[in-house]
Amino acid sequence: MLFWQILIDGFAISSLYALGATGFTLIFGVTGVLNLSHGSIMVAAAVAAWAVAGTFGFGAYGGAFVGIATGFVLSLATYFMIVRRLQETRSIREEEKEIFILTATLLWGIMLQEAIAYLFTNNAKTVLPIVDGVVSILGVRTPANEIFTAVICWAAIGCLWGFVNRTRAGKALLAASMNPRGVTLLGFELSNIYIAVWAVYGALAGIAGVLLGMFLGVSSYSAGPLTASAFSIVVLGGLGSVSGSLIAAYVVGYLETLTAYLVSPAYRAIPALLLLVVVMYLRPRGLMGRR
Amino acid sequence: MYRPAKTLFCAVNLSALVLAASMPARADGDVIKIGVIAEAQSVSGSSIPAAAQLAADEINAKGGVDGRKIEIVTYDDHSSSADAVRAFQRAANEDHVSAVIASYISEVVLALEPWSGRLKTPMITPGAASDVITANIAKDYEHNKYTFHGYLTSGSLAKLTCDAAKTLLVDGLKMKTAVIMSEDAAWTTPLDAGYADCLPTIGIKVLDHIRFSPDTTDFTPIFNRIEGQKPDVIITGISHVGVQPTVQWKSQQVPIPMLGIASQATNSTFWKETNGATDGVLYQAVSGPDVAVTEKTLPFVDAFQKKYGNFPSYAGYTAYDEVFYIAEAIHRAGSTDGEKLVTALEATDYVGTIGRVQFLPPGDAHVHGLKTGAGLISGLFLQWQDGKQINVWPTALSKGSLKFPSFVKTSASQ
Repeated sequence: MLFWQILIDGFAISSLYALGATGFTLIFGVTGVLNLSHGSIMVAAAVAAWAVAGTFGFGAYGGAFVGIATGFVLSLATYFMIVRRLQETRSIREEEKEIFILTATLLWGIMLQEAIAYLFTNNAKTVLPIVDGVVSILGVRTPANEIFTAVICWAAIGCLWGFVNRTRAGKALLAASMNPRGVTLLGFELSNIYIAVWAVYGALAGIAGVLLGMFLGVSSYSAGPLTASAFSIVVLGGLGSVSGSLIAAYVVGYLETLTAYLVSPAYRAIPALLLLVVVMYLRPRGLMGRR
Repeated sequence: MYRPAKTLFCAVNLSALVLAASMPARADGDVIKIGVIAEAQSVSGSSIPAAAQLAADEINAKGGVDGRKIEIVTYDDHSSSADAVRAFQRAANEDHVSAVIASYISEVVLALEPWSGRLKTPMITPGAASDVITANIAKDYEHNKYTFHGYLTSGSLAKLTCDAAKTLLVDGLKMKTAVIMSEDAAWTTPLDAGYADCLPTIGIKVLDHIRFSPDTTDFTPIFNRIEGQKPDVIITGISHVGVQPTVQWKSQQVPIPMLGIASQATNSTFWKETNGATDGVLYQAVSGPDVAVTEKTLPFVDAFQKKYGNFPSYAGYTAYDEVFYIAEAIHRAGSTDGEKLVTALEATDYVGTIGRVQFLPPGDAHVHGLKTGAGLISGLFLQWQDGKQINVWPTALSKGSLKFPSFVKTSASQ
């Protein structure tokens, strides 16, 4: 019974981690940007969905749609207002740009987080779930919403896989992650690829944020921990490797669930962080890292 | 000619300086400043300055305190002890407030307590609960006597919860077992100890005790572990968290009712934040909508709602009362001197929105804590029912009977 409980609960939370981390690693893999406003964008999407679904009465679907759109818009805003400007400016030396962009996304994330706290208070909010009720799987009473979360996460990751491997734009994106100069030599405009990847990322972060809001709930406080958890999953999996992030998401998700069930919910996050330290010692490029 | 002129110039300068140095106290003589340090971004904290302002407006409309107007000076501590300490120093040293109303977070109030003593500025908390606050005063009265605990201590909260649980759960629903579920924070240590002491005396056996980190987001393992023990009720101690455990309790359809301290459930916005998942949740409060704890309760709620468009949090009620009894103490002391104000505050006997306020005297283990019990402050127990907060205890003030959502199984219905 406990075994099935851990298996089912761990799967749902891990799927959600996987979706959140996929977008984060995609951005790094293709554009070389570590987007530290990641958590804030997810929280903004969830809070927008909550406000639209509840306060303005547009229902669960309306809320989810607006939430995803919020993630999309904020992601593009991050690119156009912050990342791109810093990439194009001549007043910062090339080799220093990376750290400037890192700091700028961190500040942008804090601005978003404070704005959310100011407008909607820092109390936690939960998005109106699209599916309600519980179903029994192998004797484990599981909220239907939990299954829904896992299904949508995998559908989104599947769509991303299809896009990258089956479409021309997606292949260009994959190529850009391997060799940006080569892609430009083939006649692709690199900035168009960047816009595309930020757009894809925005949709993924929006979906992950809304699902997180439905499944567990979010507050403006969640922004930092969400960025940190995506970051550690991505580092564990290997920076820039999507498949590595997926594996790492499941490792972290199950490790947390096992700890919460078998040791104590208070120590939930600790073993995963210890594992991260160990991996950094033994295999600094991460589980599936290329470099 | 030159020398005397310079001397004169110096003397004038010097006297101007002396005058300036003595100015603030004198110049502020016509207004009484009360500092309010609170958490502007949280629902519980944002009511504190709002309610204090409302009280000041009402006092000023009636002519102030002995002709002096009250001015509320507010500071946002961003839920941080460091920010709160800086705000306190500024309030006392630069803004020259006569007293401070500070925070609903125990950790913040504990950080401010020594500063209240050092700067000899009386401080009252409208919402923190840790028993350590008053224990510190008892331990070193001379230094810490400037702090007053304007809200119930965790020990009192545990006792009031047991009183209500006796009537509602043991006598009403024939319950026999419980699991305590609380967040790991300063205020819950004495609360949990209080629960563990008093629950067995009312006939409830404690099967397990789960403390979880306040950053927990996934409560599935916690609820599953509790369910495995098959208790009749979950006794809660939550304040920093609230929405998430409540929503997950409903989405997982945990068949066990929750009763206890759930600060966020006292907010009128809690139904919306949880999308109604709070239906059936039982929580302790010092006041509730439509419950006339005293004759001042409902007029306050109306005035607050009219001015700000929402309902006050639990710390709003206490902050409102605190401005009134600080004003009264200043009137009795005939001074805003810290030491005299402490003596006057100790003699407080004021009927406010949550009951009759009197402080425990020096010598008591919880000196400057509120006296509780019948005729003083006895607290309430409310239950969320169909979007409304319905008072169910004490029986004399109850507005309805217990009602649980269909997934919850109570002993009586089993």
